Amino acid sequence: MTWENSAITITTLLPVAGAIVIALMPKDKERAIRGLGIVVSGVAFALAVAIAVGFDYGTDGLQYELDLNWIGAIGVRYHVGIDGISLPLYVLTFLLSFLCAIYTWRFVPDPGRTRAFLALMLLLETGMAGTFIAFDLILFFVFWEMVLVPMYFLIAIWGSANREYASIKFFLYTLFGSIFMLLGFLAMYFQGPDPHTFDMVALRDFGAGGGFSQTFQLIVFGGVALGFAVKVPMWPFHTWLPDAHTEAPTIGSVLLAGIMLKMGTYGFVRIAIPFLPYGAEKYAPWIGALAAIAIVYAALACLAQKDLKRLIAFSSVGHMGFVMLGIATLTEIGIQAAIFGMVAHGVITGMLFFCVGSIYDRYHTREIAKIGGGMLQTMPKLGSVFAFVAIASLGLPGLAGFWGEIMALLSSFNPNEVFLGDQVGLFRLFMVMGGIGTVLTAGYFLWMLQRVNMGTLPDHWREAGLRDVLAVEWVSWAPLLALILVLGLYPRLVFGITDEAVSGLMTLLGS
Amino acid sequence: MNVLAAEGEVAFEATTNGLWFVEHAWIVVLVPLVSAALTLAFGKRTPGKGAVYGIVGVGAAFLFSLGVLWHFVEGGGPFEGSIDWFTIGPLHLELGILVDGLTGVMVVVVTAVSLCVHVYSLGYMHGDERFTWFYVVLSLFTAAMLTVVVSNNLIQLLVGWEVMGICSYLLIGHWWEVKENSNAAIKAFITTRVGDIPFMFGIIALIAVTGFTTTNIGEVSHELGLGEVSPLFVSVAALLLFGGTVGKSAQFPLHVWLPDAMAGPTPVSALIHAATMVAAGVYLIGRLFEVFLLADEWVLTIVSIVAAITALGAALLAIVQDDIKRVLAYSTLSQLAYMVAGLSLGELGLTAGFFHLFTHAFFKALLFLCAGSVIHAVHSNNMSDMGGLRRSMPVTFWTMLIGSLALAGIFPLAGFWSKDELLVVAHEEHVDWLFIVFLATAAITAFYTMRMVMLTFFGEYKGQAHPHESPSTMTGPLIALAAATVGVGLLGAPQLNAVFGKWVFFEEIHEAVFVPWIALLSTAGALLGLAAGYVLYRERKAQDPLQAPLGPAWNLLQHRYYIDDFYMRWIVYPVRDTWSTAVNWFNQVVIDGVVNGAAALTRAFAQVIAWFDRTAIDGAVNGAGEVAGRTGNVLKYLQSGNVQWYAVGLFVGVIALAVVFIRVV
Amino acid sequence: MIRLPLVLMFSALLFSAGVYGVLARRNAVMVLMAIELMLNAVNVNLVAFAASLQQMSGQVFALFVIAVAAAEVGIGLAIVILLFRTRESINVDEVNLLKW
Repeated sequence: MTWENSAITITTLLPVAGAIVIALMPKDKERAIRGLGIVVSGVAFALAVAIAVGFDYGTDGLQYELDLNWIGAIGVRYHVGIDGISLPLYVLTFLLSFLCAIYTWRFVPDPGRTRAFLALMLLLETGMAGTFIAFDLILFFVFWEMVLVPMYFLIAIWGSANREYASIKFFLYTLFGSIFMLLGFLAMYFQGPDPHTFDMVALRDFGAGGGFSQTFQLIVFGGVALGFAVKVPMWPFHTWLPDAHTEAPTIGSVLLAGIMLKMGTYGFVRIAIPFLPYGAEKYAPWIGALAAIAIVYAALACLAQKDLKRLIAFSSVGHMGFVMLGIATLTEIGIQAAIFGMVAHGVITGMLFFCVGSIYDRYHTREIAKIGGGMLQTMPKLGSVFAFVAIASLGLPGLAGFWGEIMALLSSFNPNEVFLGDQVGLFRLFMVMGGIGTVLTAGYFLWMLQRVNMGTLPDHWREAGLRDVLAVEWVSWAPLLALILVLGLYPRLVFGITDEAVSGLMTLLGS
Repeated sequence: MNVLAAEGEVAFEATTNGLWFVEHAWIVVLVPLVSAALTLAFGKRTPGKGAVYGIVGVGAAFLFSLGVLWHFVEGGGPFEGSIDWFTIGPLHLELGILVDGLTGVMVVVVTAVSLCVHVYSLGYMHGDERFTWFYVVLSLFTAAMLTVVVSNNLIQLLVGWEVMGICSYLLIGHWWEVKENSNAAIKAFITTRVGDIPFMFGIIALIAVTGFTTTNIGEVSHELGLGEVSPLFVSVAALLLFGGTVGKSAQFPLHVWLPDAMAGPTPVSALIHAATMVAAGVYLIGRLFEVFLLADEWVLTIVSIVAAITALGAALLAIVQDDIKRVLAYSTLSQLAYMVAGLSLGELGLTAGFFHLFTHAFFKALLFLCAGSVIHAVHSNNMSDMGGLRRSMPVTFWTMLIGSLALAGIFPLAGFWSKDELLVVAHEEHVDWLFIVFLATAAITAFYTMRMVMLTFFGEYKGQAHPHESPSTMTGPLIALAAATVGVGLLGAPQLNAVFGKWVFFEEIHEAVFVPWIALLSTAGALLGLAAGYVLYRERKAQDPLQAPLGPAWNLLQHRYYIDDFYMRWIVYPVRDTWSTAVNWFNQVVIDGVVNGAAALTRAFAQVIAWFDRTAIDGAVNGAGEVAGRTGNVLKYLQSGNVQWYAVGLFVGVIALAVVFIRVV
Repeated sequence: MIRLPLVLMFSALLFSAGVYGVLARRNAVMVLMAIELMLNAVNVNLVAFAASLQQMSGQVFALFVIAVAAAEVGIGLAIVILLFRTRESINVDEVNLLKW
């Protein structure tokens, strides 16, 4: 075992090891438990950064690859690796988890039970990270499902009032989707190359080379896409999201929005499109349509929200719409825009949920009307951070949110000529809808800021002792705030990583 | 300008003293940006609350941009340079500068006005709660505008363009405690964003022309120049780009944000209305002029119609305003429309339009800052609270008079020369209706300008506060701008070689001409307007003397042609309240209803299955046991416990079997 | 040489007497005795056939049966004694606990 082939395995499994240790620690050592959570996720993040540093950005192949026999009888292998498409998401997973662990140093939601909370969070971290490195369909599926359980408990135990409904809805809805996905995987196993294999590289080469019949692709793409679409979530499979977000504890929301949603879009890029290119071609206009609807629809829904967190949750639906629109164009620019959009959305919306969590911590309400404005007066720092992130989220150029959106719109002006040459008009319509969506997005974010940040503070809050941003919050937020700015000014940070991998993907698809 | 097509090439006709400045023009952008960052980081700990960074930074940028302009004064050619930014698929993006005469003029205008505003704000914003923050945004705003001006590619331009938008939002809403201010800020941002969307699509279309390989303006122009793109495509692209101008330069029908933007502090109004934001829209047309010229003719016709509507409509609105800043705001709209209309006249109009942009920047900044000075003194925006201020505020009065006369187009002030040139171009291009619109607007402009001056400085003082002259930090910039207002017009005077036309031109230099009868006509119109204003407003009356004669038209003007009301009533409120509620209802009831319904159905079905399982399947299992039990219950009596009876059975059995075996086998 | 059928007739009678004893007698000892009768009837048969067929295995079996019968009587009498101790009776009709 060398660093080259064991690095990502160690990094990915480290949080689980940490989770076990934390679970075994004595209950009364609160500080030690929290400290260990920070240390474990911190070391994992450092390792992830080391992986990124050692990554060769000039090639589109798999790196840090490890391919071991796992369940020989049915050809399931422990095949992991990392390429330019996974790397940004992989590192982001560890970054956000690390920051969540830091945030937990000060904020453990009711009913406490820090051990279980941190252990579940670390388990979640492994599941999410594993999804991005798995190159065997069954391994992918295992990691994919592994994420559900900790998140279910995070919502069901540490959530707010309506947590039971939300957690069960989240769990069942995603599971419902992933069953179709699993069926799709099995179908590909049996129709795939001889000998049957779950290996994603082999299946990708087979599928991209037109190995699957057209009818097969149409059916299987539908199943696999349904699984991913629920996770994204694409309109109209999105209704679990606002509920889950609203009820989840702060770091649950951060990780849910920041990473988990990306698993769905990642699945499209990694599995659905390259494995089943004909299916992708036929489904792309539909996906694009759903994405465009999502953008406008989510923005309108946001305008109607009275709950701050629910508003942000709906905004996620819209932002993921831009990501899906980029993917649906099947162009190099579009897919790169999608990956950038995923990272940017992870950073920005994660940060927004942090803000909302802290606002809730101060006001003990998330209702915009009850907060009543004037937050900038009492808590100028929190208000400024909130405004900054909201403005980033509405896609201001120079900040992270912009590139994903503009490039997605740019790519939908001319979708892939080989696959979608006859759909140009349709995709331009989507582009226009996306444009309308950005206006509405600006509208609801600015309106939100007006109602929360601006105006004068209602009298009953004056005595409430609202405290501005705490040191712990600064520590856990600063990296995200910096990233928002840096990604906006220097997008090469992500585009430089994805460029080779995506162009490799496009070459594979033959366009 | 076509030499720009050659990528990144330096094309100089002669080495000049300003060369170094031109090659390093990016410093002009960077310096205000750095000063904004410094102000943000250290402002509150710096003596004077950090204004010093902004003033020094923008001052340095101003001096630097003079160096840039010097290059063109000496007859230097354009320069383009860039560094790699990032690559996405085939699309290569760069950070670059494109410096030609137009840029040279613009950087000077922007930095000069911005410097004045920075200095002026020292006095105006003195003691403001968020003084430091104000300077941060002010510097950032300047940097963003300069980014737009020097940008050599469309995406970088868009970045500056939008950052400017958010800065305007922050500045207009600077006093966000009051809801009207934050409303105005949102209105400004959203309205301009509505225009930015087509603009963005236009940019995308232009990038598409290059096959998604570059965003460089020169290369886009080059591609378009090859004539391989259908004229319709170019026309649509041009029209989309014009959307950006309509939004940012507040042309009809997206002009509504600008008068409301007066909610911001007055220095901001000066900055937005004179040199940055609104000028960006006009600048955009100039920068992408090739696109407009290659487009079908109807595009420029639409541009000129929009501009004409705005010019006249806004000028009429200015007549009825009581808020001094709103008068200026509407006059800005109208003057911007002048520029846009000028640009719509083609190559000749480009020079004339930009000359007007150039002169207007100075006298409009002057007017706004004077208005700010007055407001500072009387603590009210309304002219009904002013009057007779010429005695208590002499410096403000004289500088404002100069600015007003320049706006009215009186010889030899700046406005005269630029308006005259526009009129000449309209005449030369034989667009007579535009010529008439220009002339009419000029007369109305003179009228409301005079009205404003009369109501503010003449008659009796009506306000409550005790007016006093503003501090020197405020009057200083006024004097500087007034001097500029007197001077800059001469740069375009045909009698003095019209040097301006040698800096800003499209492809080839056209000699500016002086047509005496046009000059006389425009002066006559302006004088007529001034005279009418003087006569009508010489004496203060309780009611505006125009109200009665105008009748219902007065109401129409007071309500801004009901355009704002229309937008709010039929677009904003329906979207914000009705549609959004409907969508939310649809989401919760229909889509989520389907999800919850599916769950409920599943549960109901589960109940049925559970019943079936309990009764039918488990019933069969239990039934089998039951039957066995009952049978056993009957048969159990056979087991009497009496062994001998068992033995009897045994032997009977043996005998029976024996019989069977013997008989059968 | 006694004729085989006569011997068989005798053993049949003996067996029948045993059966009658087993089924009809109420005294447990008598029942045991009747069982002995039946076993010995079988022994007679075995020996008779062995003699008639000139095969020694019949006689060997008879010896086994005698051994088993001895053991059986031993256990049987032990049970009867235990029965008598607990019930003070060896009437088999009264020993009917092992029933429904």
